[in-house]
Parts: sequence; C-alpha cells; structure tokens
Amino acid sequence: LATVRSATAGAVVMDKPTAYGDATSYNNFYEFGTDKADPARNASRLKTRPWTVQVEGEVLKPATFDLDALLKLAPLEERIYRLRCVEAWSMVIPWVGYPLADLLRRVQPTGNARFVQFETLADPKQMPFVGSRSLEWPYVEGLRLDEAMHPLTLLALGMYGEVLPNQNGAPVRLVVPWKYGFKSAKSIVRIRLVEKQPATAWVKAARQEYGFYSNVNPQVDHPRWSQASERRIGEDGLFARKRPTLMFNGYEAQVGQLYAGMDLQRNF
Amino acid sequence: MTLRMVALDRALRPAWVRRLAWLLCLLPLLLWIVRGVQGELGVNPAETLVRGTGIWTLRMLCVVLAVTPLRQWAGLASIASWRRMLGLFAFFYAVLHLLAYAWLDQGLELPAIARDIAKRPFVLVGFAAAVLMLPLALTSFNRAIRALGARRWKLLHRLVYLIGPLGLLHFFWIRSAKHREGEVLVYAAIMLVLLAARPLYQWHQRRAPARRVMSA
Repeated sequence: LATVRSATAGAVVMDKPTAYGDATSYNNFYEFGTDKADPARNASRLKTRPWTVQVEGEVLKPATFDLDALLKLAPLEERIYRLRCVEAWSMVIPWVGYPLADLLRRVQPTGNARFVQFETLADPKQMPFVGSRSLEWPYVEGLRLDEAMHPLTLLALGMYGEVLPNQNGAPVRLVVPWKYGFKSAKSIVRIRLVEKQPATAWVKAARQEYGFYSNVNPQVDHPRWSQASERRIGEDGLFARKRPTLMFNGYEAQVGQLYAGMDLQRNF
Repeated sequence: MTLRMVALDRALRPAWVRRLAWLLCLLPLLLWIVRGVQGELGVNPAETLVRGTGIWTLRMLCVVLAVTPLRQWAGLASIASWRRMLGLFAFFYAVLHLLAYAWLDQGLELPAIARDIAKRPFVLVGFAAAVLMLPLALTSFNRAIRALGARRWKLLHRLVYLIGPLGLLHFFWIRSAKHREGEVLVYAAIMLVLLAARPLYQWHQRRAPARRVMSA
C-alpha cells in the first residue's frame, strides 16, 4: 500500500516496531478461537472481498462503502502506534490508514449523534468460534463521538506497508492507541452513530472487569492483574523487568483533555 | 479383576518401568528447556512458562489422585509405590509455577508479590494450594512417616483432597475472566470422578462383601 508518513502529533512513536511474525501470530480475535495462536491458524477462511461497511444511524447521509471506496476515501498514512493489550503485554505496530473522522465527516453526523458503535463480521461459516459462549455475537465496540473524531483514532486498512492479514482484522479495522486493544474492533461491517452509549461486547460479558472507556491507565488495575506494567513482545527478555505502563498508553498529551474532570477510577 | 489387568499390574512392577514413569514426568520440563534454548517458547515465553507450569501442576495432581482409584477399581496395586514420586512431581511443578510467576511475571519484587497475593483472590487461592503442598512434600520420606505415625501421616496427606479443588478454583477464576471455562470443566470432571471413586469404592465394598472374597 502506497503511503505517506503521518504528520499528526503523536502518530509516529519512536519505539522499535514489533517483528511482523510476532504481530501476526499472537492475536486476540475470539471469532477464530480463544488461544492467541488460533487466529493465525484459522483466519485463512475469512473472505475479505467483496466487503462493505455500512455507515448509518444518526447521520444525514447514510452510506455503504465497498473496500475500493474505503481505500480511496482519504490519503493512506503510515502511523506507528503502541498497542497495549488489557492482558498486560504490548506491541508497536506500523499501521496504514486514515483518521476515522475522515469517514464520519462524509456521512455528516446529526446533532443527536453522541456515540459511535462498531459492529464486526459474525459469520460462523468463515469464523469457526462465532457462537461460542465466551461473548455475545456480533462483537460490538463503541466510542464517544469526540473520541471517534480524534485525529489519532485510525481506520486501518493495512500494517507494515501491506494490506491487513486476516488475523489482524482484515480488511478494515479500528485502532484507538490510547485504549486497551479490545476497543479497536476488527473486520468491521457496520458503523452506527447513536444517541446512547452502546452496550459493548466486553461490558456485557463482564461489567466489573471491562469498562466502556477502557483507557490504558496504570493506576487502575484489572480485578485479576495489575495494569502498572507491561511486557513488550519480542523486546523485553524472559528475565527482564516488565516496563512501566504509561498513562493513556503515552498519548496523554494528545487525548488527556477528552477526559478532563472525569473520575477515571469510576469510568474505567 | 480381569486377567488382562493382572498382566498389566505385573508389567508395571519392575523398577525400570517406574524409572521410565519418572522420566515421563520430567518430560514437560525437558521440553521447555529444549524449546527455550532454541528460542521456541512462543511469542510470549514468560506467559508460555507461567501457564505451562500451572497446567502441569494440575495435571500431576490429577495423576496422583488417580493412583488410589486405579489400585482399588482396576487392581493396579503396583502403582501404589509410585504415589510418592507422582506427588513430589506435582509439588515440583507447583514450585516451578510459583517461581515463574514470581520471577517472570513479578520480577522477584517481594512487596509487589505480597500485594498481589493479598489483593487478588485467585492468586491467594493458588498460593494457598502451593503452601498446603509444602508439609506433604516435607513429610514424604519414610522417616517422617515413622515419626508421625501412620494414622497422623495419612490424616495430614488427606490435605490433597483440598489442594486439588483449590488448584482447580485458581484455574477457574483466571479463565472465567474471559469466559473460557471449557478446559476448566474437563479438569473438574476428571477430579470429581477421581475424588468420588474413593467413597464409592468403600460403599461398593460394604454392599458386596461376597465379591470382595471372589476378587481376593
């Protein structure tokens, strides 16, 4: 994919990118299995063409975009983001895409739109674990509209200069670098602008453990493990100390103002 | 008892068979070492080792709990003498699990480990199970049995009936964080069968004394 390096503040971190092989063989994508090696094994059955994304709800111009339209909608940029999983490991991924805001502006959100809901493909024929009782299907994620419009919120169509591998959420996914990885929905088929906060998959599955915001926050532990530190995949050796986790995954300067005055212990 | 079982029991008796079983019990560790040297412990080696040592502790607990039912129901009297070795392997993997957690996950920071144990019930339960294994491991040699007296020793070693379910609860709690209880249920079913086999055997013996005479 032909790209230019992003000039947006915070869009290119200086950390060393994770090896491509690690980033494509260690994935959480429960539609293809709950073990992190499962998606790389099972995702070859996913058909990414033809593919459409329906954008609807509280918008003046609802539209359905096919993949070619999405690829041409805005100039593709390369962005190097830290990715922090809620399970306390992290990677650094060079994504290819453009701000979600570019897409949302096309459909013109109405004054009622306050949240954006993302729905991902749930086809048991292509995804063997859709229907397993770990989550409700389809997988639903959501953002506040101002979070969705933030220049760092990326609609990604590729990584490492190539189209997305299936196990990484092909053909189109979200990347919200200051939130835990599960907030970044993969293989998106529907984007709906809504008035009320969406009921997201992980909040429905375990409300006490996974919050709607799920901003990376070293001061708020997951009930079962500490979020104060993380293991950088492929870089932090077996006996190396885990590295400290940064507030908002290191994007505090860019996104801190979105949460000014909010109690982040309660709105975790 | 069938002739085939008698033959199997005899086949299991030689010392070299027990040594082979000992080697088999050590195999998971040997494989981790080989894979570690080759750099093939997966994308997240620390996670591979923490989880691997944990699951092998649970497996060895199931194996050691299977000895009595196999002796009682299948007549494999010869493996009774394996029980100490198998129990010590369960303890060995529990120590490795604890070490992997303390070192690879917590960076050997004792205050952090203490906080983690105090704060998180699933860690506390796992830790408690490991601590309860300690007196059993420490009294696993003949002199300790003599010093305690057989009755008290037996009573103490009944702790394994608590340790197994605690280990299971520890596993269930971590897996339930992401609604992945499937594998836990398999181990729970196995452990339930192994634990229930004991009272069932007593009951069976009381009800059918004639059959006992026949099988003896």
